This record gives sequence, C-alpha cells and structure tokens, in this order.
Amino acid sequence: MTPLQPEPGGRNPMRTRVSAGIVAVLALAVLSVPLFFPLDQQAVNLRETLLPPSWEHPFGTDGSGRDVLLRCVYGLRVSLFVGIVAAFGAALIGTAVGAAAGLLGGRTDRFVMRIVDTFSSVPHLMLGIFIIAMFRPGVWPVILSIGLTHWLSTTRIVRAEVLSLRGRPYVDAAVSGGASRIRVATRHLVPAVLPQAGLAAVLLVPHAVWHETALSFLGLGLPSHQASLGNMIQDSRGTLLAGDWWPTLFPGLFIIVPTLAIAGLAGAWRERLNPRRRSELML
Amino acid sequence: MTSLVKAPPRVPRAPFGRRGLGGTLLRLVGRRLLAAVPVLAAVTFGVFALSAASPFDPVKQYLGSAALTASQETLDQVARNLGVDEPFPRQWWNWLTSALTGDLGESSIFRQPVADVIAERIGWTALLCATGLAAAIAVAVVLGVAAARRPGGPLDRSLTSLAYALEAAPSFWVGLLAIWFFALQLGVLPAGGLSEPGSDTITPGGLLRHLVLPAGVLAISQMPWFLLYVRQGVTEALTEDPVRGARARGLRERTVLFGHALRSGLLPVLTLIGTRVPEVITGALLIETIFSWPGMAAATTEAATAADFPLLAAVTVLAAAAVLAGNLLSDVLYCLADPRVNPEEL
Repeated sequence: MTPLQPEPGGRNPMRTRVSAGIVAVLALAVLSVPLFFPLDQQAVNLRETLLPPSWEHPFGTDGSGRDVLLRCVYGLRVSLFVGIVAAFGAALIGTAVGAAAGLLGGRTDRFVMRIVDTFSSVPHLMLGIFIIAMFRPGVWPVILSIGLTHWLSTTRIVRAEVLSLRGRPYVDAAVSGGASRIRVATRHLVPAVLPQAGLAAVLLVPHAVWHETALSFLGLGLPSHQASLGNMIQDSRGTLLAGDWWPTLFPGLFIIVPTLAIAGLAGAWRERLNPRRRSELML
Repeated sequence: MTSLVKAPPRVPRAPFGRRGLGGTLLRLVGRRLLAAVPVLAAVTFGVFALSAASPFDPVKQYLGSAALTASQETLDQVARNLGVDEPFPRQWWNWLTSALTGDLGESSIFRQPVADVIAERIGWTALLCATGLAAAIAVAVVLGVAAARRPGGPLDRSLTSLAYALEAAPSFWVGLLAIWFFALQLGVLPAGGLSEPGSDTITPGGLLRHLVLPAGVLAISQMPWFLLYVRQGVTEALTEDPVRGARARGLRERTVLFGHALRSGLLPVLTLIGTRVPEVITGALLIETIFSWPGMAAATTEAATAADFPLLAAVTVLAAAAVLAGNLLSDVLYCLADPRVNPEEL
C-alpha cells in the first residue's frame, strides 16, 4: 500500500482544524483511558456476550462479552504505539541511508540505490511476514518487521533532497570556508532535510498502523488475546457470520478515522513546507 | 561574433533509429530481463540469510513432534536430506541451481514439493488479481472522468472524499462488511470458497458467483489511486489545446471527454498499473484469507506461522518477479501509448 497522501485541494483551514481536533481527542483517549478503565486482556464475561450497542456498551460487546469500545481504545493505543515507533524508526534508517548515499555519491550511491531497488521489488507485507516468521508473536517483532520494510521511500526523498542541496551556494561557502565533510553534513545538510524526513515519518504512521492491523488480522502480529484492532477484526469473523455486525464495524472505523485525520494534518504541514506544489498528487 | 558558415540543415531523424518501435521495445524487454536476474538472485540470497538467522531449526520444523523422540542419527539424516547441514551460502547456491531446473525443494507443512504447492494455487490468485485489477481500472476510469468534468463540483468532491476514505479502509475489513451485507443481509452472493456447500464441483456459473465478492472487494481497495490519477490526468488534459480544438470543432462532449481528454489523461495511469502490483498482491493475500479463496494466501500465512522457509522463499521470489514484471509492463504500455517516449531511454 502506498502511504496515504494528503488530500489535494490546497489550503483548507477547516479540514486542518477538524483533523487536529480528532487527533487530539484520540491521543487524549489512548493516554488517559487506561488510567481510569483498566482492561484485563484475558477476562471474558460469558453472561454479556454479543450485546448490541446500548448506553452501557456504546459499541456493544463481542463474542466473549468484552466491551468493544474499551477494546477499540486499547487496540488503537497499541496500534499507534507500533505505528509511531516503526514509522520513526523507518524514517531514521531512511534518513541515514539516504543522506549517506547523497553525500558520498559515486559507487556508494549506486550500490545503495541498487539495494533500495531490490528491497522495493518485494511487497512490504510479504517481506514483513518473512521477518515475523523468524520470531515468536509479540509487539517488537511487528515493529521490527514494519520498520525494516518501510525505510525505502524516506531514503529516496532524503537522497534526492541532499543531491539538490549539495550544489547550493551556502554549502559551497561552507566548503570553501574550510568546513570538514562531517561538519557540512551535520550542520548544513541534515538539518535542511529534516522537515522532509519528518513529514515522511508522519505520513508513514497511518501506513504502519495499517500494516500492524493486517499482520494481526492474518494471525501473525500481536498475540491473539491482546486487544488490537487487527485481532479484534479477526476475532469478529465468527460472530459476523451470525449476523452481529458491531464487533467488526467499530474496530475498522478506529483505523479509518485516525488515518484520515493524520493525513489531513500532514497535508497542512506539507502546505507550509512547500506552498508551490508541482502537482496535487505528487506524481 | 557570428559565424559566416551556415549550420548544416537539420536532418529529421526517424524516431527510434533504424530498429523501429517494435525492435526498441524488444531491446527494452531484454534489458529489463537481464537486469532482473541479479535482483532476483539478491532477493533469494536475502531470504536465505534471513532463514539462516532465524532461531527455528528446520529439522525440528520438518519432523514436528517426532523430533522429540528421534535419535541423533535420524536428525542428521534428515538434515542431510534437507541439505541444511551446510553453511547458508552453500545452501543458497544449491537451491538456486536446483531452482533453475524447476526443483524448489520440499515444503515442510504441506509434505509436498514446493513447486506443486504453488502450481495448485497460483492460477486462482492470478484469476482474482486480474479480475480485481481490471474491474478497478474500469470503474476508476468512468468515475474519474465524471469527477474531472467539473473540478471542485459536488460530484468531484464526493468522489474524491470517497476515494480517500476507501484508501484508508483496510481491505479485509471492507471484505467482512461486504460478506455481512451481500451474503447475510441480502443473501444474493456466496460468502466464500469456490463451490456451493456440500458439493465439490466447480461450474463456470458458480465460479463467477463466487468470484464477484472477492474480486469486487479487491477492486474497491485498488480503485482509489486509479480514480485520483484519472481525475488528475483528465482535469489537466481538459485545459490543453487538443481538447480546446476538439471543442471548437463542435465535437460532442462525450467524444471530447473520452476520445481526447481521457487519452492523454490515461498516461500516468499506465505507470500506476505497474507500480500497484505489490499492493494488488498484498490485497489479494488479505482478501483470499477472508473469502477462503484457494490461492497463495493460505499457503503463505501457514508457511510463515510454521517457519516453512523453502515455501516462503519461493513465494517471496515469485512476488518479486511479479513486481518486476509489472514495472516492465507499465513501461511497455507507456511506450506504446505515447509516441514521444523513446524506449532506449527507459
């Protein structure tokens, strides 16, 4: 899946505000809810299975009598944790590799780009599944599998950016002023590409969340008793066939809404970074 | 100072030199196939390095619970038979040379040659992917042109928002909701598999009915980017001179839209077909799981949970080959569609 790009259409303060509001509410929820409503991951309540949405259980209960809303919040919490760590890890690798390739140039550059091409010829999820297969289920294998497969786009962006910055007058000035290679890199080039790399990292977060849910859905991600959005959708397959839709519907909405909100915020950020867009879709 | 010697008259060059378009395209294909060899070799090498680094013992994986009671001689014998007692570069080389003769090794969970496991399943996956992709492009072209007619209008805004919402929705979730709606609420389509419950025969009509939901969900999950690209391409093409000329000649709106604007607006979409191959494979993997489709997905996830590396390696290489083929396909389509592109430069 291509990382979701922000919606086209230029500045849209309303959308930015709505996105920021949604992100703030969800962030507050995943940070504060565990303080007030602890969740026993293993607990089941067989007297309250599959209750439809009501005041007591706004999103109903699942086939084991667990409150869907509470588990959605916990699921979003672990998904966002995995997504943020994996996305920033991937962006870090990508920035380092891309900056090295762009700065060293020549043979190193060609070699690195060959590796990038090789990596991108394998679908991310396949490679991720392969990495997962090496470990026992858990949070860190999932993070590793997502982080190690998603540094390619950041590498390309940072390399291109470094190549275009290398010829700028201020870099020439620093070089002729006697600055060492390392100083030019750390003082002048890396800080200049950081906004782009940061934007790439933020755009990767929803994508990484998607990967976590997909891996969990396939039964390869987080341990199956843990409340995670992918596990919840996987668990709900049986009850869905009996006609009970709520344990399936709500975890999906908890994936879609944050994804769109983060993409909306990233769009506003990109607007600030680069008001003159070549194309709405970055073709 | 201006030179008094006149510049030689420019001789218009025949496009693509002596070989013509067909010849240069063949050369492009040949060059890409040659370039694919080291990439695929590198992918297999990486896969073998990963399985060598994995803590799972292939002998124990192969024997299952029998490994607990087996004698050391048996374990050694199995290791020799599987060829895993050698260092991994050697194993990789053995695998590569025997893979070239069509022998991909033995799958430990299916107890069957890997080549057979794949041969039984790949046709179904290919059918699903091809139908889904074709449907996605067809729907995206119609909706994209409709959205591009009035950029910023109500139809454009709702279609664009729909595309972004669908792109954010996980395909496996959409698939489950589709089962709930079409198979349970309406009862018009089967929820999965290939044949009616209680029968094993696959009839063409039955296959079609069973294909509608999986292919439809795959199409929905692939449609958003195609829709956005078509919309963007046609919106831009509508401001170009050929379209203005066509309008000035009084051609019908439909002819202008589909005959002129869509033709030049479709060029970026051709590139997208190739670059979407990884996503189509990923989508098929998830959608097959939901609909119990007898393709590669079940084999892949089972191979991953049981650390069946011979099978996983073959599947990964296959996916990589499909991605490279997709890239090549879109370049060839691009050259065929746009006479200004020279295949020598791709």
